Amino acid sequence: MTWSDVFSFEDYGELLVLMQNPLIAAISLGLVGGLAGVFIMQRDMAFAVHGISELSFAGAALALLLGGSVVFGSLAGAIVAALIIGLLGARARDRNSIVGVLMPFGLGLGILFISMYNGRSANRFSLLTGQIVAVSDTDLAWLIGICLVVLVGLIVLWNPLRFDSLDPQAAEARGIPVQGLSIAFMLLLGAIVAAAVHIIGALLVMALLVTPAAAAMRVSHGPVAVPVLSAVFGLVSAVGGILLAIAGTLPVSPYITTISFLIYLVCRVIAGSRTRAVHMRVK
Amino acid sequence: MTDPVLRISGAGLRLRGRDLWHGLDLAIASGEFVAVLGPSGSGKTTLLRAILGLQKLSAGSIRVDGRPVRRGNDRVGYIPQQRPFPLGTNMRARDLIALGVNGTRFGAPIPRRGDRARVDALLEAVGAASYADDPVGSLSGGEQQRLRIGQALADHPALLLCDEPLSSLDLKNQRAVTSIIDEQRRSTGAGVMFVTHDINPVLASVDRILYIAGGRFRLGTPDEVLRSDVLSELYGAPIEVVRTAGRLLVAGIPEGEPHHPHHDHDHEEDAG
Repeated sequence: MTWSDVFSFEDYGELLVLMQNPLIAAISLGLVGGLAGVFIMQRDMAFAVHGISELSFAGAALALLLGGSVVFGSLAGAIVAALIIGLLGARARDRNSIVGVLMPFGLGLGILFISMYNGRSANRFSLLTGQIVAVSDTDLAWLIGICLVVLVGLIVLWNPLRFDSLDPQAAEARGIPVQGLSIAFMLLLGAIVAAAVHIIGALLVMALLVTPAAAAMRVSHGPVAVPVLSAVFGLVSAVGGILLAIAGTLPVSPYITTISFLIYLVCRVIAGSRTRAVHMRVK
Repeated sequence: MTDPVLRISGAGLRLRGRDLWHGLDLAIASGEFVAVLGPSGSGKTTLLRAILGLQKLSAGSIRVDGRPVRRGNDRVGYIPQQRPFPLGTNMRARDLIALGVNGTRFGAPIPRRGDRARVDALLEAVGAASYADDPVGSLSGGEQQRLRIGQALADHPALLLCDEPLSSLDLKNQRAVTSIIDEQRRSTGAGVMFVTHDINPVLASVDRILYIAGGRFRLGTPDEVLRSDVLSELYGAPIEVVRTAGRLLVAGIPEGEPHHPHHDHDHEEDAG
């Protein structure tokens, strides 16, 4: 393989037109995933996201096997997993053990369904590692719908969810329905995970749901700056990944994960140099 | 005399087949400071939860500001036990206070006119203005606890419930936090119900003491309650109250560890 295989900007314009659906999907998922990530980090749910994505994979694989809608399958799997984790794992410790138990089970089920599936083999592993290139019009409508529902849900719940995530004792004392809120958040989380599984694959969802928020929280603490930065980071990773992948022969997912990882690294370096600067001033 | 900000009448609570307390009567007047003492497991936190509307009584009634208790009553401010925020917590000092101002609002998180001024005023009131924009995780326990007071005061509460707000603070910060609460009840007229293991840091501010032990209780001024004969009767065992060097020590409490702040304080599990 030579560089010209990896990157070639001939016919880029035409390819861009062909990639219209994936780009729209990436924009919605990057933005909404980045926003959801802020709450995922604040509620310490990165591991739960991973668990939900494996059950979402199982659901999608079952849909593939039965010839149903893959988006619907991944959505059903993710929401079932999110509800189980939300209902049984109110505390962080319980939650981690439940996720640890669910995750291999989901992955195993998914592998079983995929090995029973006789269709095109290209579809098989795309569920694990991403299939953004193959977003059909129907898929796109589903994905945009899911992203919109999650966006509206997050906006409506924003302040109480923030209160409960950051200061749960006081939030309960102030009468916030913390249990209902937690379940509502799990439903939104399940939905956005299902969308992400469909785009970048079950194994890589964290790159769009966790990394952008983790990066944003390194460089800011503000209640507006963090969600804005996180959404921008998610958008840049998702769209940037596609734009780079169009020019070459490599799949999209590694580009997305690498960009989001690099953003995180840069944010860490910025945060580190700031801390050093503060120490210098103190001395 | 105006109506009491808190009126508890004939209240009783049974949890898991055990009477925590029953026949409890207490009225707290506007601006009054009542300390609630008692060993772990005597139901102090559960009493606070009942006043917050999070725990149903098995008998009697509680009225706050003349109305029956309900969840989410903005007439009640709540200061939880100091649990330090970890270093990476994604929040500045002013944001913790702001949660008291906007945290219960559902709907698009658009700031309302006056929100920022209110947060600034609260920061000022608890002496936190100088570190308003610092991340909470970088602040000391005492500084974090001031912010929690500020958050609890956000809606001008008529009653301030304090659940062991001094535990895990050093002496200097215990004094500072107590004096802020004392100052607030004098300036705003809020009644204060202050659950504590150690009476000493608040003794100078306390008007009355509710001492709960073994399902029974005594209510009165510190001089009426913190006496060897009164506590011996309450515990049914010989108790010695010693005053020395301006401090008050209670010795001989059976099983209980009254001066030991319990950190494992999950409210679902812990009835103490």
